[in-house]
Amino acid sequence: MEIDHGMLVAFAKSFGLFYLIAFSVAVLVYAFRPSNRSRFERAAHSILDDEAGPWR
Amino acid sequence: MVSRLTRGERELAIGILVLLGFLGLAMTAAGGDGPLGIHGLVVIACAVGTTFVVIAGLFATEPGDDRLSRYYDDPSKVGIVLAIVWGVVGMFVGDWVAWLLAYPEMTFDAAWASFGRLRPVHTTGVIFGFGGNALIATSFHVMQRTCRARLPDQISPWFVLLGYNLFCILAVSGYLMGLTQSKEYAEPEWYADIWLVVVWTAYFLLYLRTLARRQEPHIYVANWYYLAFILVVAILHIVNNLAVPVSLGHAKSYSLFAGVQDAMTQWWYGHNAVAFFLTAGFLGMLYYYLPKRAGRPIFSYRLSIVSFWGITFFYIWVGSHHLHYTALPHWVQTLGMTFSVMLLVPSWASAANALLTLNGAWHKVRDDAALRFMMVAAVFYGLSTFEGSFLAIRPVNSLSHYTDWTVGHVHAGALGWVAFITFGSIYAVVPRLWRCREMYSARLVEVHFWLALAGTVIYVFAMWNSGIIQGLMWRTYNESGTLTYSFIDSLVAMHPYYIARAVGGLFFLSGAVVALYNVWKTARLAAGEQTEAAGDTPVAAPAAAGSLQAGE
Repeated sequence: MEIDHGMLVAFAKSFGLFYLIAFSVAVLVYAFRPSNRSRFERAAHSILDDEAGPWR
Repeated sequence: MVSRLTRGERELAIGILVLLGFLGLAMTAAGGDGPLGIHGLVVIACAVGTTFVVIAGLFATEPGDDRLSRYYDDPSKVGIVLAIVWGVVGMFVGDWVAWLLAYPEMTFDAAWASFGRLRPVHTTGVIFGFGGNALIATSFHVMQRTCRARLPDQISPWFVLLGYNLFCILAVSGYLMGLTQSKEYAEPEWYADIWLVVVWTAYFLLYLRTLARRQEPHIYVANWYYLAFILVVAILHIVNNLAVPVSLGHAKSYSLFAGVQDAMTQWWYGHNAVAFFLTAGFLGMLYYYLPKRAGRPIFSYRLSIVSFWGITFFYIWVGSHHLHYTALPHWVQTLGMTFSVMLLVPSWASAANALLTLNGAWHKVRDDAALRFMMVAAVFYGLSTFEGSFLAIRPVNSLSHYTDWTVGHVHAGALGWVAFITFGSIYAVVPRLWRCREMYSARLVEVHFWLALAGTVIYVFAMWNSGIIQGLMWRTYNESGTLTYSFIDSLVAMHPYYIARAVGGLFFLSGAVVALYNVWKTARLAAGEQTEAAGDTPVAAPAAAGSLQAGE
């Protein structure tokens, strides 16, 4: 099979489109999932007090 | 520094340096009188010099196990100082070439002092020397703090930092000898490129090993940016530098790609160097040092995640906007243009996130020049990403391309965003690294802030004016359908702006010199205080190594 412009465009318009949409949805779900809220809150606050030394 | 290494680590360091010395010897033998041979001598000199430093401390008392109860910050300290030294050198050469454009006779008839050789010294000096060292130094600091984990060993951070600086030295000295691959931001030749791959792999593994030791369940977002910077720069560097050397004894190589494919590969690399070297890594700094310094958590952690994936996935497509109206297929140009415009969304999300974090801490921005550096960086980040999206639109690009507008845009980003966030982070991290309350002089930080801001504004406005005038003069036709202005006419019109730009650069350079002095004094003062304190107090029994610290 020859890789030409037409083939690449067809690939980009089919697989590329849905792959990017699916990826965006996955990112949004991860970011806004209520069960992740507490770990994000914890992470955001964790940097404010971090001079106690390494745990190992 | 050496006294903090264990005896085994000191011996390992000498072993690595001996290997490096032999590598330099092989390069000298193979390269003969050519640039490769001279670079072999440079490698030997660096290896021998560093070996002397290690041998001088070889028999010093070994550090106790209490070192494991503290973060390992020595490489970060050295990296910060190296960053500012490279910054001063790179900005000095930058201002030199700026004056050279206004007064071209300043080359002293010496080949090494020609514009074509000095300009890459400037770009490499500021991007890789200043920016790269600052990224490595701060990433060591940030990854340890956010993971609550010490660096896994004490040798690999030194290998990464010093090996990286060897790469920078090989790069810069090569340009002065006239050695270049002629690829923007990827000028160093094949052997330096291979060396960087080795160093960078060690860097990547070091980061992963530290992350693997973390206690926190979630990896803080600043690490995502640093890791994206390390991983993607590795991929970009390897692909763009695929080349075949003339022979193993010859410094010159030829790119694996040809024609427009080569141009596309280069600008896929070139713009992603902007994206992942000059943006992702520095966003890592922003997401750690700005909330930390403001004493407030980031405005929206979720937004930082969404914009992370937006930035990483959009940026990788935009390189082709550097090749509008070229032999590159039209649809590839359009692809780059479209993604460049879309990129505005995650970029502004990051800038807004940073500025909204400061809501409620504006009094700190007013009083604290370090935080003000970071605030201005976020503003310039917003400005230059807007400008970048705008310039990537094909018809706008027809006016701006090849003019000084591009140079102005790059410096709005490089000075206003990258250098401002770096200096802000340096002023935030130096007192913490050297364990003192504040910088040697808050007033000098203030002086630096205003010098840097004045320099940036003068520079950017001069280049906007110059670039737009230049672009308009190049496309003005008279009634008979020929060009109204000759190229020389446009040069004459630009002359005053070139002087203004060089003056702006001089302001910025003086600010960096002030920073170097201030950091040096802070380090000296802190070192003096600590020897005094150590003499006063009896040696306390160290906490059991590996025990959990309070407050975790």
